[in-house]
Amino acid sequence: MKVDVTKLQEIQVVTIVGEIDGSTAPQAQEQILGLVEPGAKIVLDMTGVTYMSSAGLRMLLVAYRTVTSKSGRVVLVGLSDELKDTMSVTGFLDFFTCRDTLEAGIAELA
Amino acid sequence: MDRVDIYPTHEYQGYHFRPGKPFPFGATSVSGGVNFSVYSSHASRCTLVLFEKGEPQPKVEIPFPDAFRIGNVWSMIVFDLDYENTEYGYRFEGPWAPEDGQRFDSSKILLDPYARAIGGRDVWGVKPDWNNAYQHRGRLVYDDFDWDEDHPLETPMEDLVIYEMHVRSFTRHPSSGVKFPGTFAGIRQKIAYLKELGVNCVEMMPIFEFDEFENGRVHPDTGEQLYNYWGYSTLGFFAPKSGYAATGKLGMQVDELKALVKELHRNGIEVFLDVVFNHTAEGNEQGPYISFKGIDNKTYYMLTPEGYYFNFSGTGNTLNCNNPVVRSMVLDCLRYWASEYHIDGFRFDLASILGRDPWGAPLPNPPLLESLAYDPVLAKCKLIAEAWDAGGLYQVGSFPAYGRWAEWNGKYRDAVRKFLKGEAGLAGEMVQRLEGSPDMYAARGPTASINFITAHDGFTLNDLVSYDDKHNEANGEGNRDGANDNDSWNCAWEGPTEDPGINALRRRQMKNAFAVLLTSQGVPMILMGDEVAHTQFGNNNTYCHDNEVSWMDWGQVSSNSDLLRFVTNLIGFRHAHPVLRNRWHLTGRDQANCGYPDISWHGILAWHPDLTGSARTLAFMLSGANARGGAVHDDFVYVAMNSHWDSHWFELPQLPSGLQWRVAANTGAPAPEDAFSTGDEPVLSDQGGVLVGDRSVIVLVGK
Repeated sequence: MKVDVTKLQEIQVVTIVGEIDGSTAPQAQEQILGLVEPGAKIVLDMTGVTYMSSAGLRMLLVAYRTVTSKSGRVVLVGLSDELKDTMSVTGFLDFFTCRDTLEAGIAELA
Repeated sequence: MDRVDIYPTHEYQGYHFRPGKPFPFGATSVSGGVNFSVYSSHASRCTLVLFEKGEPQPKVEIPFPDAFRIGNVWSMIVFDLDYENTEYGYRFEGPWAPEDGQRFDSSKILLDPYARAIGGRDVWGVKPDWNNAYQHRGRLVYDDFDWDEDHPLETPMEDLVIYEMHVRSFTRHPSSGVKFPGTFAGIRQKIAYLKELGVNCVEMMPIFEFDEFENGRVHPDTGEQLYNYWGYSTLGFFAPKSGYAATGKLGMQVDELKALVKELHRNGIEVFLDVVFNHTAEGNEQGPYISFKGIDNKTYYMLTPEGYYFNFSGTGNTLNCNNPVVRSMVLDCLRYWASEYHIDGFRFDLASILGRDPWGAPLPNPPLLESLAYDPVLAKCKLIAEAWDAGGLYQVGSFPAYGRWAEWNGKYRDAVRKFLKGEAGLAGEMVQRLEGSPDMYAARGPTASINFITAHDGFTLNDLVSYDDKHNEANGEGNRDGANDNDSWNCAWEGPTEDPGINALRRRQMKNAFAVLLTSQGVPMILMGDEVAHTQFGNNNTYCHDNEVSWMDWGQVSSNSDLLRFVTNLIGFRHAHPVLRNRWHLTGRDQANCGYPDISWHGILAWHPDLTGSARTLAFMLSGANARGGAVHDDFVYVAMNSHWDSHWFELPQLPSGLQWRVAANTGAPAPEDAFSTGDEPVLSDQGGVLVGDRSVIVLVGK
């Protein structure tokens, strides 16, 4: 798994590529939480995520809870249908704003 | 500051660990590791066996050092385990002395009785590898679900309309149109249907992990695979069935079930679980070692003086529920489901077993039932007993209740079935049943009575009016299984027919059943699919069928839309009228001084019910001013039941001036004149009386 962060004006775009599981989720979490400041606007680009285990879903929710507790916002973009299904039936999807493309995600936060 | 107990003190084959904490039992996430805790009253040694997920051979077996045992509890914290890819079990050493009830065998790897997830049957119906020595494997669970504001709904018992469902049957049929048929996720996609129907509680048949391949066999004639489909055979009491989750293959069944409960709650629907504490999947002395048998046989099972298994459950063994150790496990289990899964209530299968002492004798004051009734975590949960067992104990009406326990009212089922099919002489008993069975539950109130006409055990409602006899040949037991006394009537032809007269009568009989059920005092329970006339083709014991016999056919939502509409309207009528949902028994007196008693009984003549041996007609009136002891105001409700084969003119009791009788339902009228939604009830043309057709029920509202 690889995590890249770029900044588009005030929006942090976090691009995750690969599998998020029990062994990689802590690293992703550390990098995302490092971006959290009051009012943070974060787009998580999941287009390149091929698999997410239960630990991966929890990492996302921890990120969401941390960001929103500081009045920030998180948008997920590019979830595959399979990931979206998994997140939907386990209830994780209910927490997130999702957009199909990065552009739409950025527009959501702009 | 770090706690000092996050550092290992011991090492074994590269695994780091330290003494654990006895509480809580099971495998629990702690800082840096997992706390394993397990107990046995008679074992001498214990070994923790760890596997890489799905691997047949263990990756390590760590013997518990002697110092890690406190009392009869072994506990150990193992560090740096991959939470998602670890499976665990135990080996126990102890005496082999079957005549004394001891059956220790350290060659067996055993499932933790407190395992919160169980691997091995991850996806429904995928044939297991029987060569694997460890079939049902403990897994680790994050108990960190984000519930937001959700908590159990605490809907008053008297306001419930329960819908008994089989998780897989509800959406497995291709016609369900859901994305993940036969799963918790499938139910979630059908919540709108449940909400529109008006039920506010779903009671799920067993969802604790079981093995659908237990006693797996093929039909002797057809070669069809037969399953343990219903799941009344628990492997572990703390784990949801993986095969019922679309995400079971990913090990996320815990989250999926919790997400379902949360969404049902958001829609005002409570969740009850059908729990089976009377026996386990380990059978008798010929059955497999899975868990309890190898951990502490003598503690968990009721044994004869010779060390054989008592069989009060009809399944080979009997859980020793009034052994203090087992009792506390049951309590831990229910607390876990109530607190971690926000479960609203429990229905206890063959609950009378829970009131037997370790030697099988019924206890006057069973400690388990008492503990459950007074438990602080379970204080607002509904507790419902199936108040009989396979050992001949029948406690309907006398189950030890402690002010908490309700019962499946088998006498209600029997009386209403007989009355509806036209047996004479039932009117007197029907008075009791329609009032919430005050003859049985005088002090407990009508909410002690779960009223039902059909349940998973027995005919569906459609089959109750279509078959005189059971047709269980497809079960492969020569039609010997299943109940013989069904009080059913086929309306003059056995099974499906093209005869329009018979079909119309059957449809009417189904509507009669719903009309009676939904206007009775007590708590109504509907069997999944009855609202659309689901058929099991005359099979009254479908425990082994993963096919169209069991699956709800969603095509019937449109093909039987008139019945569905009728049921929906009647449920709506019940919700609209608190006078039907009293917490305490009606008295026959006028506490509200409105000039009418809270309930009055009538017949063909107003104020003169015929309760003699030949009567097949009966009517009652409820005065809305007396609803809930006068605490709320409601309309008058009048229900006339004619189970005679001729029509009868029922004289109506006179309403106070200014009020009129209106028709809420008339099963004798063709749809859509058979039921009206609240507010749309037409005024009855003759306020002095009404013609109730042959085998028909009329429900009037006076306002």
